[in-house]
Amino acid sequence: MKTFIKKYYYGDIPDDKAGGNELKDSKTPPSGGRGADWPLWEVFIRSKQGLDHKHVGSLHATDAQMAIENARDVYTRRMEGVSIWVVESKYIHASNPEEAGELFEPAVDKIYRHPTFYDLPDEVNQM
Amino acid sequence: MHDLEKIFDQKIDNEVKIEPKDWMPDAYRKTNIRQVSQHAHSEIVGMLPEGAWISRAPSLKRKAILIAKVQDEAGHGLYLYSACETLGITREETINDLHSGKAKYSSIFNYPTKTWADIGAIGWLVDGAAIMNQVMLTRTSFGPYARAMVRICKEESFHQRQGFEILLVLSKGSDEQKAMCQDAIDRWWWPSLMMFGPHDSESTNSEQSMKWKIKRKTNDELRQNFVDMCAEQVKVLGMKIPDDKLKWNEERMHYDFGEINWDEFWNVVKGNGPCNKERLDARKKAWDEGEWVRKAAAAFAEKRKASPNPSKGGALEAA
Repeated sequence: MKTFIKKYYYGDIPDDKAGGNELKDSKTPPSGGRGADWPLWEVFIRSKQGLDHKHVGSLHATDAQMAIENARDVYTRRMEGVSIWVVESKYIHASNPEEAGELFEPAVDKIYRHPTFYDLPDEVNQM
Repeated sequence: MHDLEKIFDQKIDNEVKIEPKDWMPDAYRKTNIRQVSQHAHSEIVGMLPEGAWISRAPSLKRKAILIAKVQDEAGHGLYLYSACETLGITREETINDLHSGKAKYSSIFNYPTKTWADIGAIGWLVDGAAIMNQVMLTRTSFGPYARAMVRICKEESFHQRQGFEILLVLSKGSDEQKAMCQDAIDRWWWPSLMMFGPHDSESTNSEQSMKWKIKRKTNDELRQNFVDMCAEQVKVLGMKIPDDKLKWNEERMHYDFGEINWDEFWNVVKGNGPCNKERLDARKKAWDEGEWVRKAAAAFAEKRKASPNPSKGGALEAA
């Protein structure tokens, strides 16, 4: 059976597959010496009890505790959050946008999954 | 033109957002990096002229408000840096470009804040101009940039309102306060108009940016909207805009206004504004003097990893 689904880790979709040329990392250290290497974290905020956590952006922090505190300072100054999730960006796995067509193809021709596919008499149409 | 570029162009035409890992022309990536990073730098450098007045705000209420505004600017810078990072450039390189002078930031922040009224003028005029630009950019084609703009616009409105309110209070005060209010408007008006950039005809980046729907309105369009808005608002203050050519034009249904001093514009853009050196020095100093903090944080994280203390509380919980 042909494998349509390949797992790509967000951080390592190869440059030529990602599209365009990603810029090379600068080799010159910033002025004033090397900044400590802080990993990148993705931030998810639940704005209200009952809602999902939503992705709001990213930030650099040394560890999870700092990431959460920084996320609080950056993303919830106006009480926009009751809960924060942080995940190191390297642990986010993403589907490859270029293979989205293939990956999502199975759903395209299954309109019978939608309620509107079914024609019912008026008496029961509010189902 | 190969398929990927056709698909990209179609997305632009159909108002489909471009996301970080989508294919994009190299020039599109580069111009977004330039624009988003310079926008971020502007927010961070913008903290400096206002930060200077935190210790001299006339009341506790004004001090707390100004601190909150400056904190917002830091947050805005961070939203934009993180959006920029999705384009494949590291934070370090972005910051480095600012410090080396390679990257620009909005020239408006190269002017000094001489009086408390300047804080009002900045809120009303500078943030007002920024809002005009940012509302337009909520429809920009690059997804992370558009989303950052939506977030920023929600917060920016308080900035403009507090600025206008400062001027309103001054405009109802003593003769000295009224004069201070007018003086601040006199000094910040033209630089605010310059924020919209050169005339469309002189703007080298504009055409391609409009084609790729990075920019949705031209410099001159935005500038005209801004003048129209402020010409009305200034009446509420009982103050004057320092432009004797400012006049309502019934035919155009817009205000006519005078010509910007383009020599001053280009001079400040090139780095010869009153505070260019001071701003960049402050940023570099902050980076250099903060090095020990970055190192200490990293070292502490290592230490915590090596011997975790579960009984110590903290913000963490298993999700």
